[in-house]
Amino acid sequence: MNLVLNILTVCAVSAGAFFFMAGTIGLLRFPDALTRLHALTKADNLGLGLIILGVLLRVAEPLIALKLVSVWLLVQLSGAIVTQLIAGVVRQRGLNA
Amino acid sequence: MANFLFGSAAFVLAMVALGLFRILFGPTEADRMMAAQLVGTGGVAVLLLMAVATETPPIVDVALMLALLAAFVSITFVKGAFGSKIENPRRP
Amino acid sequence: MTVAFAFEVGLAALLVAIAAWAIAVRNAFTAVVVFVVYGLLLAIVWVTLSAIDLALTEAAIGSGLTGALLLGAAARLRPTETPSTAECPSAILRLAAALLSATVAAALAAGVLFLPDPTPTLAPAAAANAAATGLGNPITNVLMAFRAMDTMLEKVVLLLALVGAWSIASDRLSGERSDPRRQADPDGVLAFFARLLPPVGIVVGIYILWVGADHPGGAFQAGTILAAMWLLVLMAGLTVAPPMSCRWLRLILVAGPVVFLVVGLGGLWMGAAFLAYPPAFAKPLILAIEVAMTLTIAVTLGLLAGAPEREW
Repeated sequence: MNLVLNILTVCAVSAGAFFFMAGTIGLLRFPDALTRLHALTKADNLGLGLIILGVLLRVAEPLIALKLVSVWLLVQLSGAIVTQLIAGVVRQRGLNA
Repeated sequence: MANFLFGSAAFVLAMVALGLFRILFGPTEADRMMAAQLVGTGGVAVLLLMAVATETPPIVDVALMLALLAAFVSITFVKGAFGSKIENPRRP
Repeated sequence: MTVAFAFEVGLAALLVAIAAWAIAVRNAFTAVVVFVVYGLLLAIVWVTLSAIDLALTEAAIGSGLTGALLLGAAARLRPTETPSTAECPSAILRLAAALLSATVAAALAAGVLFLPDPTPTLAPAAAANAAATGLGNPITNVLMAFRAMDTMLEKVVLLLALVGAWSIASDRLSGERSDPRRQADPDGVLAFFARLLPPVGIVVGIYILWVGADHPGGAFQAGTILAAMWLLVLMAGLTVAPPMSCRWLRLILVAGPVVFLVVGLGGLWMGAAFLAYPPAFAKPLILAIEVAMTLTIAVTLGLLAGAPEREW
């Protein structure tokens, strides 16, 4: 049982780290601010979600599990809000301001 | 397992560093506004990995606080960039 | 070289690079963002050094309030930015500043690296006397019991800082403020965020205050979270900052230090010493002081970092 949990954790955390890398590659390679915004919030959030999934398998108490899920929800919420706001700035100022 | 988790934390930190240097050098001001969000998401990931690697539950509280407040700098920046006409200048 | 050590070295290198960047960059807004990033990375450093209470405070202040405060200041200085970047300090002045900074950094590094072994510390004494208050968190014990005088004076200093800021502000702001609700979009994204997040933030703030008794946390971090939530609501334009002349505002501002002072004088009156807690009531008294302090800190920090009174 322990071995299965360990393997699952390793898989989930590795997948999460992979998506973080994908997000960073997007940040480095995408041509303008709006696409970079996508890479930042979507890919990194998915990476964080997978990492939290892997970490969830190792916690003992339900309170900590609740905190972990709230952390993920909060980061998603703030990511969504920040995306909308920054996109509004880009829309008003044009893509190369 | 602890070594693996620390290694993943180091990897995520390296990705955040790479991303930081890109968007802080970025041409538009909108890029700068993303920096806090990037460090917020990456920082939360690093903190949670460390919390499990060192088996210290209070670090999850730090991650919770970071998740709660990470958006603030971006919001303040956007608010200043816009002034009063902050969103949808045209409504249908 | 273990993985943890490599991680810490990488983190330290990144921190130095970001710090150098914050100094080198020309644009004020970028500098503030880089500085906030530096603060958030510093929070991770505190965690690697096992200073969780410090990490909590750094994450709270460094992300929310520092950003708002410095960006507001940068916006206010925008008219002067062009002439001030035109005048560059002379090379000798910059060299002197660099030498001074390097000397201070070297002195600090030497102080840390050449600590006597075993390091002189009061930590065992503080941990051994934890039974005096019944609280499990040694940091809270030190802050609220063993060095309570320092904490009380810090709150008074915070109040004085706000009074100082108010006395410099222009007179037209001491009465009614112009209503920013006209400018905010009530259906917009920011208003939605400002309605959704504060309840969560308040719950987290109360949780951090409560858990500070036995685990990392405490009044200051909780007050900062509440201040940040208030700032969010102000920035979204859902409410107006109360004017300086408001009666209940002033009551909350002095509540923290006053409760502290009353408890301290009570200890003196009962014959023991200033700020001595009777052992049976130590925990409820400390909790009462912390609740009052949290409210005071929240309102003070919110007003200090406050929403700009006019557009940038």
